[in-house]
This record gives sequence, structure tokens and C-alpha cells, in this order.
Amino acid sequence: MSTGTQNGTVIEMRNVAYRFPGGPSLLNDLNLQVRRGETLMLLGRSGSGKTTTLKLINDLLSPTEGDVIVDGRATRDWDRIRLRRGIGYCIQEAGLFPHFTVERNIGLVPTIENWELDRIRKRVAELLQLVGLDPSLASRSPKELSGGQRQRVGVARALAADPPILLMDEPFGALDAITRAELQKEFLALQQRLQKTVVFVTHDLREALFLGTRIALMEGGRLVAALSPSEFMKSQDPLVQEYLEAFEMPTPEKRASA
Amino acid sequence: MNVFQYIVQNHGEVFEATGWHLGMVVASTLFAVLIGIPLGILISRRPGWNKAVLGTANVIQTIPSLALFAFLLPVPWIGARSGRLAILALTLYALLPLIRNTYAGMKGVDPAIVEAGRGMGMTDRQLLFSVELPLALGFIIAGVRVAAVISVGLATIAAALGAGGLGEYIFRGIGMYDNQLILVGAIPAAALALLVDATLGWVERRLRAI
Repeated sequence: MSTGTQNGTVIEMRNVAYRFPGGPSLLNDLNLQVRRGETLMLLGRSGSGKTTTLKLINDLLSPTEGDVIVDGRATRDWDRIRLRRGIGYCIQEAGLFPHFTVERNIGLVPTIENWELDRIRKRVAELLQLVGLDPSLASRSPKELSGGQRQRVGVARALAADPPILLMDEPFGALDAITRAELQKEFLALQQRLQKTVVFVTHDLREALFLGTRIALMEGGRLVAALSPSEFMKSQDPLVQEYLEAFEMPTPEKRASA
Repeated sequence: MNVFQYIVQNHGEVFEATGWHLGMVVASTLFAVLIGIPLGILISRRPGWNKAVLGTANVIQTIPSLALFAFLLPVPWIGARSGRLAILALTLYALLPLIRNTYAGMKGVDPAIVEAGRGMGMTDRQLLFSVELPLALGFIIAGVRVAAVISVGLATIAAALGAGGLGEYIFRGIGMYDNQLILVGAIPAAALALLVDATLGWVERRLRAI
């Protein structure tokens, strides 16, 4: 998974709908493009369909209608395992394997990709440094780490096989405010260096504005708008304004009257 | 004659009966592990099957042990040797705790962890063997422990069919109104049960500590 299409679109949703078999519709007529190297924030409240959208990209869910295209090929035409190993995946509470050491957790994808042991060990050491963790933590068990450290390990694990795409599902959601701010800053710096194509789920507008190059606002299984942070701040869309007010950010009217 | 005098004087014979008793328990528990664990995994994957399988295992558990031994007598090959018969009956009894605990253990694995693994491109087989089973192992061993301890007790009844073991002394003692002789069978059987329980309990604690 090294080359994308000519126009730099790495992930594309075309008229995508998703519903549980026999259940309610979770996603309707979604059209969205993610460009190479951008950080697209999927912003919305619980049940808005943002996590569903994320899971469509690595085929943990398959669209009931439409196409999800990754690197020029519909996910249904991909070998599912190959697709997933080329996409880093990082979730809330990190989803670390409790019976694996930090080293084995980080080295998971390289291990199932049959890298040589030496190469895995080197890569793990490199990644620990990259996410700001002490190398001595490699032999620890996840339960011996703090929440922030675990989340760093989660990020390192997602980056292990150097995938061009990174999916992050509220990775910093369970952290205390200070640790979260710290990790957000580091993630931003990391992303500026690595230039991955990132799709990042959050319900926190501040996080979306801080980390995103674009914000896709979702509500009730639909995409409301996909805007850059500065466009978002200026938008007249009522739902966007609702968000700005909820987070006590200046809405365009207030700024005009001030 | 006093129990301990009897055991000391006939230590060869008591030792042999204890060995055979333990042999029946180990063989039947092993068979139950080989059948019960895959069944438990299977029903954790196919929700439709779990009622039928657990129900059947439950029904087997409710059959009185003497009756179960008698039911199995006409089965060809099995019925021909009382040892085989006893091992089969003990295996059937050991199934329920194994299936149920494997099922519970598999269901107890945090789905977020499994999904994280799946999302990173692990195959079903890799998920089963390196994530789900290791995380369910504490539960599964607890099931083995229950099954083995039940088997030690039930195996005494196998002597009613002439399958030997420590039950031999108990039945002989009952026939001869000799309480001491009953104890010659009962005391080593109780000791065996405690030993099996302690050994598997130790294994269980080691595994849960992971």
C-alpha cells in the first residue's frame, strides 16, 4: 500500500450507507474524501456514526450500500488482512493485550508480518523513543503503566509497521486533561514529521480544531460539513454554531457584535 | 483391623487401586478436555448452538451415575470392558464444567481487545490462539479443576461395575458391614481429591497471574 491515486485521495466514501442486519440505519449517503497527509477529524456526538465510518475504512464493518475506496480499490476487493496490516489502528484505552509485554504489544504487526526478531526489537526501541517512553518499559506489562503511558504504547503499536494510514478512535478520550493536552501536542509534532494520512474520531471540538487539517462534522448518521478549522470557526451552519456555543467558542455573530 | 494397619499391611494393593483410580480420572479428564474445550469455543462463536449443547451436557449431568453406567453397558466395545465403560461415563460427567467454563472464559474476553487485534490484521486463528484462549485460560483451568475433582468422587462408583479403583474397598466394606474397610477406600480417595484440587488450583493461580 504505497501509492494512491493521482489526485492524492487515499480514502474515499462514495454514497456509503451502513445498517446492522435487520437493525436501524447507522450511516446514510456518506460522501467523503481523505487526502494524503491530512488529518481528518470525525467530530460528532455519540451515535452520530463517526466510529462506524472509521471501521468501514479497515473493513471491520462492510458498507451495506456504496463503496469505501482505499488506495484506489474498494475495501470489498481488498484482501481484508492485507488491507488492515497496512492501516494503523489505535483505540480508546489503547486496547493493549493484557497478557503481552509492552514490547510484544508494539511489535504485534511486525510479528504477524514475520519480520526477523532483531528487526522487530530495533523497531520497538525506535518507537518507544518516538512516543517518548523510556526503553526500560519494554518488558513491562500494560497494567503496570499509567493511562497516558498505555496510550503512548497504543500509538507506537499503530505505527509499528510504518503504515501510510492511521485510524484513531478517541485515542485520548479516557485521559485526564493534562495528560491529554500533552499527548495532543506530541501527536501534532509527530504527525508533522511523519505526514501520515490520519482519520481521527473525537467528540471534543477543541481537540478537532487543534489537531485537524479538516473537520468532518457528523450528526445522526450523516455528514453535515467537512471544513478546515478556520472555515469551521466562520461557518453559518446552525449545527456548527451549536458546537461552537457548546464549547464556549466565539461564533461569527458574537464576534461581529463584539 | 484398624484402617491404617490394613493400609500398611496391604500397601501394594492399596497403592495399585489408588493408581488405577487416578488413571481413570486422568484419562477421562483428558478426553473431556479434548472434547469440551473445542465445543465451548464453538458455541461461543455460534450463539444458536449454545443452548442445545449446554442443555445436553446439563441433562447428562443430572443422570444418576449408577444409571449412566448401566445405560452404557450395551454399547459395543465400550461395554465389553468395565474400565472403558467407567472412563466413558466419567468423561461425560466432566464435559459440563469444561464446556461451560470455556464458553464463559471466551465470552469474558474484552471485545475491544479482540477488535483491536482484528483491526490490526490478525487472522481468526491468530486471534484465537494468541489472544482469546490465553485470556480465557484461567477460566478453562478452573473448569478442568472442577471436572477432575468430581471425577475422583464418581470414580469410586465405577467399582460397582467391577472397574476397580478405590471404590472396590468401599463396596466390599458395605457388603461386609466393615466400616474400617470402607475407610480404606474413602480416605485415599479424599486425599486424591484434595491433591488434584490443590495441584490444579496452583496451575490456575499461576495462569491468572499473567
